[in-house]
Amino acid sequence: MRKYTPKDNVQKKAYYNDRFYVSPTIPRLDPNSDEIYAKDIEDIKSKVTILESYIENGELVIYINPEDNVKTLKLLKEELEYDMLMELSAIDYIATRNGFEIFYEMLSMTKHKRMRVKCFIEVKQTIESVYNLFKMANWSEREMYDMYGVKILNHPNMKRILMPDDWYDHPLKKSYPLHGDELAQWYEVDHIFGKEARAEIGPEERDDAAIDRYDTTRFARLGHEVPFGVEVSEGNETETPLAYTEEGGVKLFGKRLIKDLDEKKSKILDERR
Amino acid sequence: MAQHKVKYFQDGGAPIALTTVDKIVNFGRSNSLWPLTYGLACCAIEMMATGASRYDFDRFGTIFRASPRQADVIVVAGTLTKKHAEYMRRLYDQMPDPKWVISMGSCANTGGMFNTYATVQGVDRVIPVDIYLPGCAPRPETLQYALMMLQKKIRRESAFLSKKKKRLV
Repeated sequence: MRKYTPKDNVQKKAYYNDRFYVSPTIPRLDPNSDEIYAKDIEDIKSKVTILESYIENGELVIYINPEDNVKTLKLLKEELEYDMLMELSAIDYIATRNGFEIFYEMLSMTKHKRMRVKCFIEVKQTIESVYNLFKMANWSEREMYDMYGVKILNHPNMKRILMPDDWYDHPLKKSYPLHGDELAQWYEVDHIFGKEARAEIGPEERDDAAIDRYDTTRFARLGHEVPFGVEVSEGNETETPLAYTEEGGVKLFGKRLIKDLDEKKSKILDERR
Repeated sequence: MAQHKVKYFQDGGAPIALTTVDKIVNFGRSNSLWPLTYGLACCAIEMMATGASRYDFDRFGTIFRASPRQADVIVVAGTLTKKHAEYMRRLYDQMPDPKWVISMGSCANTGGMFNTYATVQGVDRVIPVDIYLPGCAPRPETLQYALMMLQKKIRRESAFLSKKKKRLV
């Protein structure tokens, strides 16, 4: 955590010399320090190889080989009373370790304990579906595939869940640009009008700080509205005061349909009725 | 035979009324704007509030229709995702002419805070917009005002459909 520094004389010196945030590391405890977890680990060890295990934030974390994932979850569900799979997904470690960490968050309703089962797979490696154990895995695994491109074996309905079926690439990868790749940026234009309309419609405005009061194709200045695309320069801005109707009211058959707003007669309430 | 002089050009002079076609047609159009029941995100909640009794859209002759075939206006209320853009365009295409579009809220106007890969950066990339309504989300009064501005715009238009293609961007 960032060290506390007194800030009573901040005018004199810059106190942001520790500006790069260093995230706190949570201490990892020995898994044998909790007796329920210690027994669980003994039971798992007899059937599955555990690569690493520790307790973090009061929750047991174990690392297994990716081939053992169904076996481990079956053991947890049927023998160790971890009867719920809360969440499963992947974490992108492509840049550092060329692969994904898959995690399964388990909850035991009888022991009141949580356990995280983790395994590491390479980029093109597949992983077996746990759908037959937990129905919840159906959508979670589809989301994992959609967002990270992790392929699941023996999944009943292996297709994208959030992005369109013809979307290119997997957007939650760290290498995916926030504003999308080229196909993503033109996705709606390509689909509705076809690729030839790209030139007519033009690229997206992605600069969220772009403001130009004289650009009348993109901006409107309140109280100074002009028709679309009219050239406005400094000095010749026309003022258009707020008006609810045309001047003189709206008439039909010589009669007034809509009366003019008379601001002198209108009353502003002090508080809500 | 009773003799009387009919003052045709005065109010109540005869059971006839003189006006222009533009005025009578636009009178009908602007006072029965039927929007499509179509909401995308939190702006739709404000749109519902505008339609409900406190703000009361009905007094403008604005009644939400559940079919694009019966709607004149589409209020794009909320974030338009790229996956959904195609379907919104289809709804817009199903509406009979003349039709108008209100782009409601920052997300529909420009993509708003969702400067990301999955959001359409302004619905005017997909359908031609008549009124851009700022706010996140706009208050019901703002939507009412936008509707009044749209009515004003319609009264200004020619009743006869121009063949000119509406600009897209």
